[in-house]
Amino acid sequence: MQYMISFFQPMSEYNRLNDPKEAEAYMGAWMAYVEAIRGSGLVVSGAGLKPPTVGASVRIRDGKRQVQDGPFADTKEHLGGFFVIETPSLDTALEWAARAPSCGSGTTEVREVMPPRGM
Amino acid sequence: MTGIGSAAAQAAERAARESYGRLLAYLAYRWRDIASAEDALAEAFASALATWPRDGVPASPDAWLMTAAKRNLLQAARHRRLTEDPAVTVLLGESEEDMIGPASYAFPAPRHAAAPIPDERLKLMFVCAHPAIAPEVHAALMLQTVLGLEAKQIAAAFLVAPATLAQRLVRAKAKIRDAGLRFEEPEEAELPARLHAVLDAIYAAYSLGWDGAAIGTESGEESAPELAGEALYLAQLARHLLPADAPAGAEAAGLAALLLFCEARRDARSGPQGEFVPLHEQDADLWDRDMIMQAELLLRQAAALRVPGRFQLEAAIQSAHCQRAFMGSVPWEGIALLYAALARIAPTVGALVGQAVAAAEAQEIAQGKAEGTAEGLRLLARIDDIAIRDYQPFWVAKGYLLARQGEKAAAHAAYMRAIGLTVLPGPRAYLLARAAELQ
Repeated sequence: MQYMISFFQPMSEYNRLNDPKEAEAYMGAWMAYVEAIRGSGLVVSGAGLKPPTVGASVRIRDGKRQVQDGPFADTKEHLGGFFVIETPSLDTALEWAARAPSCGSGTTEVREVMPPRGM
Repeated sequence: MTGIGSAAAQAAERAARESYGRLLAYLAYRWRDIASAEDALAEAFASALATWPRDGVPASPDAWLMTAAKRNLLQAARHRRLTEDPAVTVLLGESEEDMIGPASYAFPAPRHAAAPIPDERLKLMFVCAHPAIAPEVHAALMLQTVLGLEAKQIAAAFLVAPATLAQRLVRAKAKIRDAGLRFEEPEEAELPARLHAVLDAIYAAYSLGWDGAAIGTESGEESAPELAGEALYLAQLARHLLPADAPAGAEAAGLAALLLFCEARRDARSGPQGEFVPLHEQDADLWDRDMIMQAELLLRQAAALRVPGRFQLEAAIQSAHCQRAFMGSVPWEGIALLYAALARIAPTVGALVGQAVAAAEAQEIAQGKAEGTAEGLRLLARIDDIAIRDYQPFWVAKGYLLARQGEKAAAHAAYMRAIGLTVLPGPRAYLLARAAELQ
C-alpha cells in the first residue's frame, strides 16, 4: 500500500532559512531525514516545496476568481514537501512520519493513497 | 520537570486507576472474559456516579462496585441464556448471598462483612502476555486492563492509529475469551518464560516512554499519566505480587531495579533551556539518590536468589553507570564485562551497540585511544547490516568513535545518518551541533 507523508510547518520554520545562525541546523535536519528515508528503499516519489511566500493561491468564490501571491493568511501551517512510500504497514509509515523535523514545530500527516481506478 | 504538585496529582490519579485495575482483574479472573468484565464494571461506575451523590458514598466503595458489576454480568448472561456455564454458577453462588432484593439495588449490602478483594492483577498480567496473543499487543493490553488507560490514550504512545489499536485490543480479548486462556499463574516449568513475556512488555513500554512517547490525554484533561511512570509501576507490581522466594522473582526485581536506575536520572536529562544532555555530560548531583538506593537494594535481593538473567545484567550496567555519582568516574572495565555477558544471553541490537561503546572505553583505559576506538568500531562492524540500518543509536555510536579516531568526514556522515533517524528535537539539536563541529 502507498502512504503519503506530508510535512506542514509554520512560517517561522521556513524563515529559519533566512537566519544565518539557524539555516545550517534547519537544512541539516531536513537533509539528514531525506537521506535516511530515501535510504530505506520505500520511497516511490517525493519533493520539497519552496516556501509558500513565493507561490500563489487560487480560489473561486461567489463566481469570482481570486489569485493571491503567497498563502491565504488564515492557514497557520503550510505544506513544505511530501514523500509517497510503499509499505504494507501503516505502522511503518507512522515511524517515518515521527522522524520528520516538521513534528517538532508543525504537523506531519500520513494518508493512504487511493489505488488507481480499475484495481 | 514535574513539580511536587503534579507528582501528588499523578499519584492520586493512579490510586483511582489502581482500584479499577484490582476490580477488573478480580472480575475478569472469575468471569474469564475481560471485555464483558470491562463493560460490567463501566456500568457499575456509571451507576455509582449517578447514585452516590444522591445516596452517599457507601462504607466500602470497592465492595459496592464489585456487587454491582457482578449483577451486570449475571444480567448479561441471563440475557444470553448462559445459565449452564460453570463460571455463571460460581458467580450466582456468591451473589445470592449479597442479593437482598430489587429495592436494594441502589445500596447492595453483603450479609457478611465485605472481605478484601484479592489482588488478581498478576494473573491478569500473565493472560495479557499469553503466547497466543500477538506480542505487540501485550503492553497495550496491560496498560488498558491493569492500569485502566483508554485505548485512544495508549495508541498515542505506541505510534499507532487509535482505531487500529482499539481493534487489536478487541481481537486479543475475544481470543482470550474464545480460546479459554487460563487466568492463572503458570506452572513452575513454564513460569520463567511466561514471566519474561510480561517483563518484556513492560520493558518495551518503558523504552517507548524514555524515547519520548506519551500517553494521550482524555479530552478536557491537561496532562496525561507518564508512560515511563506507568511502566515502572507495573514492574514494581509484578515483583510485589510474586512470592518473595520465587526464583522467577529475580528477573522481576531486576527489571524494577533497571527502571528505577533510569528514572533516577530523569531530571538530569535536560538542561536549563530544556536542551538534551547525554549521560556522560549529566550533572550527577541531579540524580535521585533515594531511587538509586532502592534500585541497589532490589538488585541485591535479586542476586541473592542466584538466578541470573538479562534484566539483572542490564540493571547491573545501570548501577555501574550510576556509580559516577559516588565515585566520580565510570567503571568501564566492569561495564564492558557485563555487556559481554549480556551479549551472550540476549544479543539485541541495543546490547551489541552498548557492548561496542563499553569495549572501546575499557580498551582505551587499558591500551590508549587508538586501540580503544579501533576495538569499538570492530565490534560495531560485526552487527547485522539489516538490524542497524534504521537503528539510530548505532549511527550515533559510529559517529562518536569515528570522530575520536579523527575521521571527520566519515564521522559527519554517520552523525547525519543518526540525525535522519532521530525523533526528538532535543537529541536532534545535540547531534546537529556535534556534526557541525566536524566541518
